[in-house]
Amino acid sequence: MIDHARNAAEFLNDPERAHWHDRALWFVREKRDKAARSVPEWEELRKSAEALKAHTLEHLGYYLQRFEERAKANGIEVLWAEDAAEFRRLVAEILQQHDATKVVKSKSMLTEECELNPHLESQRIEVTDTDLGERIVQLAGDRPSHIVLPAIHMKKEDVARVFAEHLHTDPDNPDPHYLTRAAREHLRQKFLEADAAITGVNFALAEEGAFVVCTNEGNADLGTALPDLHIACMGLEKVIPSAKELGIFTRLLARSATGQAITTYTSHFRRPKPGGRLVVVLVDNGRSRLLAEEHKKLLSCIRCGACMNTCPVYRRSGGHSYGTVVPGPIGSALAGARDPERFASLPFACTLCGSCDQVCPVRIDLHRQLYSERREVVRVPEYRGKVRGLKTAAFLLRHPRLYAAMMGLGRVLLPRIPRRLLYNRFNLWGREREMPMPAEKSFNQIYRERKR
Amino acid sequence: MNDQRKRVGLFVPCYINDFYPHAALATLEILEAHGYEVEYPESQRCCGQPFLNNGLIEEGREFAGHFADTFERYDYIVAPSSSCIGTAKYRYEGVLDPRRHRALAPKLYELCEFLHDVVGVENLKFDHPFPHRVGLHNSCHALRELELASPSELMIPHYSKIERVLSRVEGIEIVRPSRDECCGFGGTFSVQESAVSAMMGRDRIADHRGNGVEIMAGVDLSCLMHMEGLAKRDGTPMRFLHVAQILAGRTDFE
Repeated sequence: MIDHARNAAEFLNDPERAHWHDRALWFVREKRDKAARSVPEWEELRKSAEALKAHTLEHLGYYLQRFEERAKANGIEVLWAEDAAEFRRLVAEILQQHDATKVVKSKSMLTEECELNPHLESQRIEVTDTDLGERIVQLAGDRPSHIVLPAIHMKKEDVARVFAEHLHTDPDNPDPHYLTRAAREHLRQKFLEADAAITGVNFALAEEGAFVVCTNEGNADLGTALPDLHIACMGLEKVIPSAKELGIFTRLLARSATGQAITTYTSHFRRPKPGGRLVVVLVDNGRSRLLAEEHKKLLSCIRCGACMNTCPVYRRSGGHSYGTVVPGPIGSALAGARDPERFASLPFACTLCGSCDQVCPVRIDLHRQLYSERREVVRVPEYRGKVRGLKTAAFLLRHPRLYAAMMGLGRVLLPRIPRRLLYNRFNLWGREREMPMPAEKSFNQIYRERKR
Repeated sequence: MNDQRKRVGLFVPCYINDFYPHAALATLEILEAHGYEVEYPESQRCCGQPFLNNGLIEEGREFAGHFADTFERYDYIVAPSSSCIGTAKYRYEGVLDPRRHRALAPKLYELCEFLHDVVGVENLKFDHPFPHRVGLHNSCHALRELELASPSELMIPHYSKIERVLSRVEGIEIVRPSRDECCGFGGTFSVQESAVSAMMGRDRIADHRGNGVEIMAGVDLSCLMHMEGLAKRDGTPMRFLHVAQILAGRTDFE
């Protein structure tokens, strides 16, 4: 089982870094607030997006078939992969058909989820992540800790060290401008050499048989510009009815993600370039199972990351503490739904504060999802002690006289117990805080005396 | 004020009963001072929140049933806690018989909500001035569940029922923190994720301290109990009061 609490405690061993992480992401949350406030109909827009996603998911089969049909008419090949293994195999096969050994890939959480990179590398295919944050993480041999800001766990000094090792920059120069220029030089070379491009898909337009990729760096466009082969990878849930509805989502996406009015590049792909090949791989990998359950709404997610930025726990525990590809509230909810045993601690890595629900551009009831997943995850053996404790509490609370007697005893004993005994290692409350002391008289007593 | 004949059932959260009885007494006094006949049914038990929040549905069902048994005979059920009221209002769904729940839910009020919505701000009269700067802690259940104030996430006009009620106290200066973020209590979260919980609480305290605040008030003593524990451990000078204590002038108790 992933132990979020332990991982979080480790992250907090460096309080200065933790505070920096919290502040950096809160800054993004505030930028989101400002951008959202600039749209008078913001809350209406969220409701429209919610309704549209619900409608599309309700008729997912229809829209996916429509997309396939229309895309094929445009000359796009459409392949279906049931799980990660099939997806990896399909992508590798296509690349091998083209003798591609160098691939540039723009951001796609799906390829992370399906562990595409290690598979392709094992087939001697070099994959270069071209999103700057992802490239930093890739060079560092690390994993993304946020879906929009993959390297948010690293400071510029960390990046300087990684670049010095791989790109031969000055290790003592953490100037972002300098480092970005170095990355750009390095990535330009990769773009020029690439045999094929892989991208994700933000929105697939069923009626047009086209798809949209949103980036801030133009790396998807640069990547697909030169090579003849473009493989676009999308989860089943990315389809929307048509281009008519797209504006609702593009207006919400960037504002929610980074506080921009729109992503710098919102690129539409509709047909292969002359003489080229454009393949869309539609991946299920457990999504259709979520469709059939109470977790359906989780498939509405447009991966903006706003729930991470606002989550007070995420900001203070870091993305890696979740042990998932997608961290934070949406990641916890997805992981808890998909594998409640392995990820049992994630629905509990939440105070149920509800902030995530209210920033979510498609109004997923994230904290309610995490709340209801607790019924399932609390059954793992690791929580036996916790359950026993709660059952004991329930026993006391259903026997008010016994409870009152115990509190009466506490009233006498607690102030007299030596501090070292009271704050023993089993006193989890007392690890960080002082305990409250029972008042001289309970309200029950006060009320009775008052009535007399 | 024609509905003062209606009967108010006072719900007192378990930990308030033993640790902060003066907040409950203050609640009772405020309601009575505004002409309500208040009963405190002594057969009451926990609302079941700790069990429901931890997925223990059977226990949750039992306590929800007992809560309904105890309180459904009242016209209003008022508690000095937004999280217990929020539990009964929103989390009994699926554990309590739907018909009973539908009848119960509209009668549930957090104290400030009751004073604001039922008594009416213009009818509020508090006799105890409180000439102090008070940092208002916005507890999540009050903000995002009971919607007692506008949370910063939503793009809606600003409002706060709690501030409007508290403003009726003479001399009070209400100070808003820079973030309306969770304090990190979260029930069992406070022990299961104690490191994150503690940092969240300390950050809230520091936010208020940064505003020159030395008194924090809120409608949920569970949040305040957690932050009080942290402040005491750290030796941070900060007093924690339930809003009801300020309204009733019961602020001298430790």
